[in-house]
Amino acid sequence: MSRLNSLFARSRVAGRPALIPFITAGDPDIKTTRRLVLELEKRGADIIELGVPFSDPLADGPTIQASSKRALDNGTRMKVILQLVKNLRGETQIPLVLMSYYNPIYQYGLEKFSKDAVGAGVDGVIISDLPPEEAVDWKKAAAGFGLDTIFLAAPTSTEERIGTIIASSSGFIYYVSVTGITGARTALPSGVLSSLKRIKQKTKKPVVVGFGISTPEQVRRLSQWADGIIVGSALVRIIEKNIGKPTLISAAGDFMASLSSKAVGCRL
Amino acid sequence: MRLPDKKGHFGLFGGKFVPETLMPALDELTEAYASYKEDASFKKELTYYLKEYAGRPTPLYFAERLSLLLGNAKIYLKREDLCHTGAHKINNTLGQVLLAKRMQKKRVIAETGAGQHGVATATTAALLGIDCSIYMGEKDIARQEVNVFRMKLLGAEVIPVSSGSKTLKDAINETIRDWVTNVRHTYYVIGSVVGPHPYPVIVRDFQSVIGRETRRQILRKEGCLPDYLVACVGGGSNALGLFYPFLNDEVKMIGVEAAGSGVATNHHSATLSTGTTGVLQGTMSYLLQNSDGQIKEAHSIAPGLDYPGVGPEHSYLKESGRVQYVNATDKEALKAFKLLSEKEGIIPALESAHAVAQVCKMTSSLKNEEIVIINLSGRGDKDVDAVSRILRMKNEPPE
Repeated sequence: MSRLNSLFARSRVAGRPALIPFITAGDPDIKTTRRLVLELEKRGADIIELGVPFSDPLADGPTIQASSKRALDNGTRMKVILQLVKNLRGETQIPLVLMSYYNPIYQYGLEKFSKDAVGAGVDGVIISDLPPEEAVDWKKAAAGFGLDTIFLAAPTSTEERIGTIIASSSGFIYYVSVTGITGARTALPSGVLSSLKRIKQKTKKPVVVGFGISTPEQVRRLSQWADGIIVGSALVRIIEKNIGKPTLISAAGDFMASLSSKAVGCRL
Repeated sequence: MRLPDKKGHFGLFGGKFVPETLMPALDELTEAYASYKEDASFKKELTYYLKEYAGRPTPLYFAERLSLLLGNAKIYLKREDLCHTGAHKINNTLGQVLLAKRMQKKRVIAETGAGQHGVATATTAALLGIDCSIYMGEKDIARQEVNVFRMKLLGAEVIPVSSGSKTLKDAINETIRDWVTNVRHTYYVIGSVVGPHPYPVIVRDFQSVIGRETRRQILRKEGCLPDYLVACVGGGSNALGLFYPFLNDEVKMIGVEAAGSGVATNHHSATLSTGTTGVLQGTMSYLLQNSDGQIKEAHSIAPGLDYPGVGPEHSYLKESGRVQYVNATDKEALKAFKLLSEKEGIIPALESAHAVAQVCKMTSSLKNEEIVIINLSGRGDKDVDAVSRILRMKNEPPE
């Protein structure tokens, strides 16, 4: 069983959602990313989502745009990220998922990337600007090496599209909670719970929710319905505020622990 | 085979590489466009505005003095610079904003580089009474002050973009982010034959009025088709608008990219001449990028050409060999800018001056009486300040 599948099986038994922090690989530098992954795991993360920085992150808000820029400015490349994953596999078996735009993967080469990513210990890939329609070549390459592809469903997705997205995804399905770009928001969008419920009725695959989730209270409210919860910009902002300070790792860890404490739920 | 295919692919190029949130909107747009394209009342309304408001048909002017000076060829100028708002951009914005109205969208948004597309969108939005926001890079705002003021005067909100290169590419990113957020009631008026399907098709079709008119006009004037069509290529809408109705004819076509300080430097926008294939802003096409797939900044004296991508159909036409793509440097464009002003009394946009520069370079190899049509896509009023600054800097007064 893959690391992702067994993780979700375990969290299902435990009756709590998987907590999935997102950080940009290489922000503020690749060594800190390694320490962050280990700390986040220790403080309650179940899966880590590593962002691959891209020059034109059109689905991202200002926080992750700035984070990507910092990572690119210090020379974070795909090769460096895969090497980081490889090194981490000596220390942890936590599922690691890369989130990237399509072009960095396309330039690396679809086959070569799939092979190298699996070889390094990457479990799955989320590609923000690759809908199932354009993913035929990618799926062939990734599936050939046993790499999971997680597609995104959005509030605007039609029933028909949701069906396609579910069928095309492996590992889990990523439900984008808001009609918009990434970024912390004060309130959960209305309708997110009912949308989650609706998608979950259609599939046995895990359904994970992300975009705009930033507080322990929001995590608590989603815990009943989601198989996993992704928190990105709020965490990236804490890292940004602590750049150059000795508190960076512990601040990120404390935030992770505060989310984790609320990820409990009488699962329905 | 008619291209693109159903999914919007021109061979390897094109497609829809966008976040899922936008996919239903693109499907909705594809459907709406397919139905209105054939709709008699829509076509009638568009034709009315193109004629009565934008000033079409634009003249196909025989540039006699330029022809004499360069020798060997008959050079015609397709005078898109005479369109209302000063460039070909309004052909597309009239079509798209009318479409937005029919689709009952409450607001239009657009990106702009030189400001021409922003002004055309703001103008059309004012005409048709719809809210309008324009994204523009801070660097472009600084070098195109007058257009910024024009947009505001026309009632549009101008939103400065401070990310990345602070030019057209980043304005497009920011417009897409707005669209992702407000997609339910907002229509994105893309200004060139770029972006995800169906935009490259929609913009090409609305701009093809240029080529259709040119075809009729040259047949009337010369009794034959031209030997060459020459147009500048940034995203490539004016070029494709001119070329498309001639694609099945025996007419040679040349697209001219901006070579900036030279294609051997890092300061150019010659995407087709020097780029590689990749995905940017919703489409697979040639791009200026490094080996990691990070997009490079483009540079040109002409802000409308300052883009590290290009329309997917141009990539296809390059691969198929149907169109030849060349480039002209900032210096050559400036020289052509002055030449056309002095010899024909027409101040071209710096973008269009790249096409003129190419014709200056190629006439010596032409046969007598060969017919060359240049798409004079815009007028140079917007560039006069910038050019006067550059010439002053070089201590080269225009006289």
